[in-house]
Amino acid sequence: MNALGAVFAREFKSYFATPLAFVFIVIFLFAMGAFTFYLGHFYDNGAADLTVFFGYHPWLYLFLVPALAMRLWAEERRSGTMELLLTLPVPLWATVVGKFLAAWAFAGLALILTFPIWITVNYLGHPDNGVILASYIGSFLMAGAYLSIGACVSSTTSNQVIAFIVSVVVCFLFTISGAPLVLDAFRAWAPLPLVEAISSFSFITHFAAITSGVIDLRDVIFFFSLIGLFLYANMLIVDLRKSG
Amino acid sequence: MIEIQHLTKRFGPLTAVKDLSLAVGPGEVLGFLGPNGAGKSTTMKMVTGYLAPDEGRVTICGHDIVEDTIAAQKKLGYLPEGAPAYGEMTPRQFLRFIAQVRELSGQAALSATERAVAGAELQSVLDQPIETLSKGFRLRVGLAQAILHDPEVLVLDEPTDGLDPNQKHAVRGLIRGMAKNKTIIVSTHLLEEVDAICTRAVIIDRGRIVVDAKPAELAARAPSGRLDDVFRQLTTGDTRGAAA
Repeated sequence: MNALGAVFAREFKSYFATPLAFVFIVIFLFAMGAFTFYLGHFYDNGAADLTVFFGYHPWLYLFLVPALAMRLWAEERRSGTMELLLTLPVPLWATVVGKFLAAWAFAGLALILTFPIWITVNYLGHPDNGVILASYIGSFLMAGAYLSIGACVSSTTSNQVIAFIVSVVVCFLFTISGAPLVLDAFRAWAPLPLVEAISSFSFITHFAAITSGVIDLRDVIFFFSLIGLFLYANMLIVDLRKSG
Repeated sequence: MIEIQHLTKRFGPLTAVKDLSLAVGPGEVLGFLGPNGAGKSTTMKMVTGYLAPDEGRVTICGHDIVEDTIAAQKKLGYLPEGAPAYGEMTPRQFLRFIAQVRELSGQAALSATERAVAGAELQSVLDQPIETLSKGFRLRVGLAQAILHDPEVLVLDEPTDGLDPNQKHAVRGLIRGMAKNKTIIVSTHLLEEVDAICTRAVIIDRGRIVVDAKPAELAARAPSGRLDDVFRQLTTGDTRGAAA
């Protein structure tokens, strides 16, 4: 456990060792604001809730979370520190989980820093703060799911740009798998259960369910099992290096 | 104590290490010599658990590196080739991280770090980011990391590569000073190193051991009494039949 903590702390601090943390948080907050107020017409809606704000989260995460995850393993591979890290007496699962949790905690920090919008909406009216809290939790879970995909993809390459682009593509598929664009392509030929299975992988569907104010256990399980699955794949991929 | 039995590693059609057996005990400093590409680094990567052997086994103080990886790695200090380290960290932060991973805390961590810093003569650069350090200092950071927990077994991959003569002298002094009760393997392609620090020399060529002898015996094999001549004679004698 000590070792997991050490991996976590090193990884988390490394975000702040470069301007990355600062740049990421500024862009994240700026984009959140821009989407909510300009594209989402937050004021014109006349409703004291954050539906518009949370509605853009999947799309922002789609690009920003892979940027956060791309260095997790690719940089270790490139700089050779992977050899150091993996010959230290740390179980592989602890390294994988520690790194992931560090990135997740950082994403959580960025998310918490959006609190002014929560203050704003409470100043303007009387929103249902329970729904807002549920939405924040849902958004955090969804960020974790995107991150686990990014971490897994990052472990396949020593090139961060490739890690970023491939992660965005995979994340995109998971984001829109419930949209007609994807489902119509399958409906024509695939059996209904398959179409429903694909649709059930949609982040937007599960996230929308949570932002409606109901934290359904099934949605929570969905995000956690997705995280577990991709971290397990991450572990297997890192372990593959052993065979050369 | 390191025991290597019938170790074999193939990369596709190339056999990098072939049926290599070796036992090194406490008090021995084994010079692991060979031309570039002879399989030195590959062997060390298998000894430290970074690569898995295709055949054969390695035990570190009785712990099998494949079956009982963590226990074996706890006994081990490893300097990978090129001394990789996290560039954005300072040596002080980096060694603190290593101490934490090695489950040293409080006073034990402090005194271990102090000892390693003194041994590797890092006092003057403790608070500079590692990426800004010269090659010699970076190597010493890697060395400090390897000896931090006072391991029973040390595996050093080219610990003096790229150092100036003064630095080489210092690092060799450090290794000699630790030799009394540790098991040490030092890979090198510098023959002077064997004279300077090793109690035993193993020359490998194309993945196989061609000589295993005391440095003095080795030198006696050439009429000139020079290690260089022995080395050239043994490793270029037969250029055919490589990687069979």
